[in-house]
Parts: sequence; structure tokens; C-alpha cells
Amino acid sequence: MGESVLPSPEASPESEVFVAAAREGRFLIRRCTACGKPHWYPRALCPFCFGSTVWEQASGRGTIYSLSTMRRVDPPYTIAYVALEEGPIMMTNLVDGDALAIGAPVTLVWVAAADGTPVPCFRQP
Amino acid sequence: MSIKRQGYIVGAYEHPTRKAPDRSVAQLHAEAAAGALADAGLSKDDVDGYFCAGDAPGLGPIAMADYMNLRLRHLDSTDLGGCSYIAHVAHAAEAIAAGRCEVALITLAGRPRSEGQSGTRARAAAGDAPNLPWEAAFRPVTTNMYAMCAARHMYQYGTTAEQLAWIKVAASHHAQHNPHAMLRDVVTVEQVLASPIIADPLHRMDCCVVTDGGGALVVTSASVARGLQRPLVRLLGAAETVQGQNGGVLNLTCSGAIRTGPEAFTMAGVRPADIQYASVYDSFTITVLIQLEDLGFCAKGEGGRFVADGNLISGVGKLPWNTDGGGLCNNHPANRGGITKVIEAVRQLRGEAHPAVQVPNCGLALAHGTGGLLGSRHGSASLILERV
Repeated sequence: MGESVLPSPEASPESEVFVAAAREGRFLIRRCTACGKPHWYPRALCPFCFGSTVWEQASGRGTIYSLSTMRRVDPPYTIAYVALEEGPIMMTNLVDGDALAIGAPVTLVWVAAADGTPVPCFRQP
Repeated sequence: MSIKRQGYIVGAYEHPTRKAPDRSVAQLHAEAAAGALADAGLSKDDVDGYFCAGDAPGLGPIAMADYMNLRLRHLDSTDLGGCSYIAHVAHAAEAIAAGRCEVALITLAGRPRSEGQSGTRARAAAGDAPNLPWEAAFRPVTTNMYAMCAARHMYQYGTTAEQLAWIKVAASHHAQHNPHAMLRDVVTVEQVLASPIIADPLHRMDCCVVTDGGGALVVTSASVARGLQRPLVRLLGAAETVQGQNGGVLNLTCSGAIRTGPEAFTMAGVRPADIQYASVYDSFTITVLIQLEDLGFCAKGEGGRFVADGNLISGVGKLPWNTDGGGLCNNHPANRGGITKVIEAVRQLRGEAHPAVQVPNCGLALAHGTGGLLGSRHGSASLILERV
């Protein structure tokens, strides 16, 4: 069995604050100051109304919207969409995907990518 | 300005190769172009409009117009992924209706098979795509981004692996009659289910082939078309859109076809029940099922029951579909299946499909496709064509 290493996320001016908070263990999402809606993936302009957006800390709790385990690589890995408690559905990986199904509650776990950047994955609570 | 009845498809050609290590991508484009122009009875010098997408090498239309030495007054390189060429037919009709060109050439070609590409590995994406900082670490690849749609559809509507398998079975029944098809063996539901899981819940046989090759179309004005010796096939309805994650309010069980289908049918003035033949993009079995629902061939959630028991097999079921064997068995050149969808619809409307799969007196056909990734963000394009 090979070792699973997540590719390093691309750097972007729009993700700098998120990554800095992640290094301190805080999971941020972005919410619009005009329409009040949270969204994912985070953007400077609200994808619903083009209003300006701000960071806020999210609970890290959610439920699995969909998932798929890739069997043709070693080791297999499970990609998923998780519906956050705050509303938005985000792409992620499940660290224990074989034990999980759609609708199951999950909680955030930081996993270090190849370059050490923590990326938001999920697992059974 | 409506484009209804404005564009005539007078040339359609599918390159016979499925593996082309000794040809360049530009060469495949040009060979496809030559084939489509010969089919139409036109020459290279008649072309005054050119359409291509992201599979064209170099700077797309500039590189290919130079390679083929075309003299053009209209160009369009709209890239909606694999369904680009379906949209290009409508764009060509728009340009013709606006007097921007009279003979439009559309080409596609690529060599993913010779280059060793796979739907289980990440493909090179534009490095500045805004989603990459938030997604690339999670290893989205082609297969798992469709598999998650299948998983959600199963969860929400009770769709089964057996029902999905029927789509591959139908494609294989058609491909046995196509001497150029990459996979010509008829398969059973049991064989599909026995093939290895690639990405849950999709089996290997739920996935399309990876092939080298290409195709081309020639679209003209009515006056040019009526001077040629080919059966007249013209555009009756068309629509295109893009669907993404909607800021995190995503729905993996619906595609952009939920918008393009009704819009194209309204323009055409016909209903799904009127369609005699349908080319519907089959990158994976689940792609077909979701698009058929969205296009209105059955209600949302009923796709599994609709495709089961051979309902997509020509001469057997109610909706003859992808009678060339589709992307699942015949061909998926450049990992983009849109142009072959239009080509087989044209064959059906001309009465030039293989006799074993030809729909009798086929007068009304649909070609629809998805480009990009159904599970994250994708283009959709619908086309309704009639025999005049």
C-alpha cells in the first residue's frame, strides 16, 4: 500500500487569510455583508449578489452530500462533497471514507498536503 | 434574429482512426476537415468561417487556419469542453444568419490514447483556474467527478447499478455494427457489473473509451446547401449554458440540460416525445441518465427505469440513442464527444446510419452534450435537427 499525500494547494491572494488561519487550526468560510449568505469556495465578491464578503469561523461540522472512493490508485482515496452546518457544500476528502455514506455526520480534520499546508478534510465525529 | 432553420449541416465526417501515434493533432484536424468538405461536395477554398475549441493545438483558430491555409472572415473558438462543437453548430448558424460567413467549418481532434491520458488521473488544468486553491488537493479527476453524481442520484432516487449498466449494454448493441468502433463486443448487464469498480459506484464499463481521432462538420446557408447533392439537414432549435457549483448550493443530480433542453425544444416548436433519434453524450453511463431526465425524455428521478430493459436500443426500445456505439463503445476523440454526437444525428437524418440501427424515416433528431466535469462545473449544449 502506498502512502497517500495530498497535492499542495495552489497559492492565491484570495486564499492567503484562509491558509494562515488553517495553520492556527481555525476553519474559515466567507459570508456576504450585503445579502448575508455564506458561500463556498471563498471569493472576494459574493457569488449570489456581487456584494463584498468577510471571513468568519465555521463550526467544522457537516454531513456528507456525496462521495466516491477512487479504487484505481494506491492507496485508494475518497473524494466527497460535505454540506457544512452553515449551509454551503464544499469539495473535500474523507480520511475514513470506506466507513461512511451519504447523509452521515462528519467533522473537520486538518491534513497536511505535500508542502505542509493544512487542507480541510473530514472524518467520522 | 432567430437561427431556427438558418443553418444547414451539409458535411459530416468522423475520422476512422482510434489510435494515431504517427499523426500530429493538427494533421488529424485537417484530415477530418478534408473528409467533411468532401462529404459536402465543397472545397477548402469555399470555407469562410472556422470554429474550433480547446483541443486545437497552439493558439487554436490562428494555428489551425494557418496550417490548413484557410482564408476566413469569421472565427469562433468558444470552449465548452466536450460539447463545444454542438454549440458551434448554433454559432455557425448565427454567423450565417448575420451574413458573417456562408460556409462554416468545425473541427475537433486529439490523441489522448497515444499520449497515455486516463480519467483516473488529473489532467492539466489552466494554472490560474480560481477553483484550484480550494479543490486541487482533493484530487478531483474525471471519473470521480461523475461518480459522485451517480452516488447522489442513487441515494436520492433509488437508481441502481443495473439500470446504469443498461446504458452501456445499449451502446454495445449498436457498436457491434460499427466497423470503426473501438469496442465491438455486445455486453450484458452482468458483465458491466462484473467489471472492476473504478470510482464508486462506477464500474469500468460505465466509463467511455479513450481514443485518438477527430471529426468535422460543415454548416452552410440555405442557398449553398440547396446547390449541393446531399440530403438537407438543418437546425431547428439550439441552446447552451454553463452550470457550476452555484456558490455551494449545488445539485449533482441535475445538469445544464435542464435549461438547454426546454429552450431548444421551445425554439424548435417540438416536444421530447417527437424526437425520433437522440445523440446524448455518454462520457459515463450516469451522464446519459441525468441528461435524459433534464432534457425531458422522462421525469427527474425516473431515468433508471427509462433506460432499463433495452429502451435505448434502436429497433427495440422507445428512444434510439447513440447508434454509432457512442463514447462508451465507439469513439471519444480528444476526450471530447460532442462532434460525434452531431455526426451520428446527421447520419440518421440522412438515412445513412448502419441499416441495423437506422431509424426508419428519421426526420427529427436531437444532439446534446456536456463538457467539463458534471460534478463540479460544466458546459451544456443542445441541438435539434430536422430533415428537410
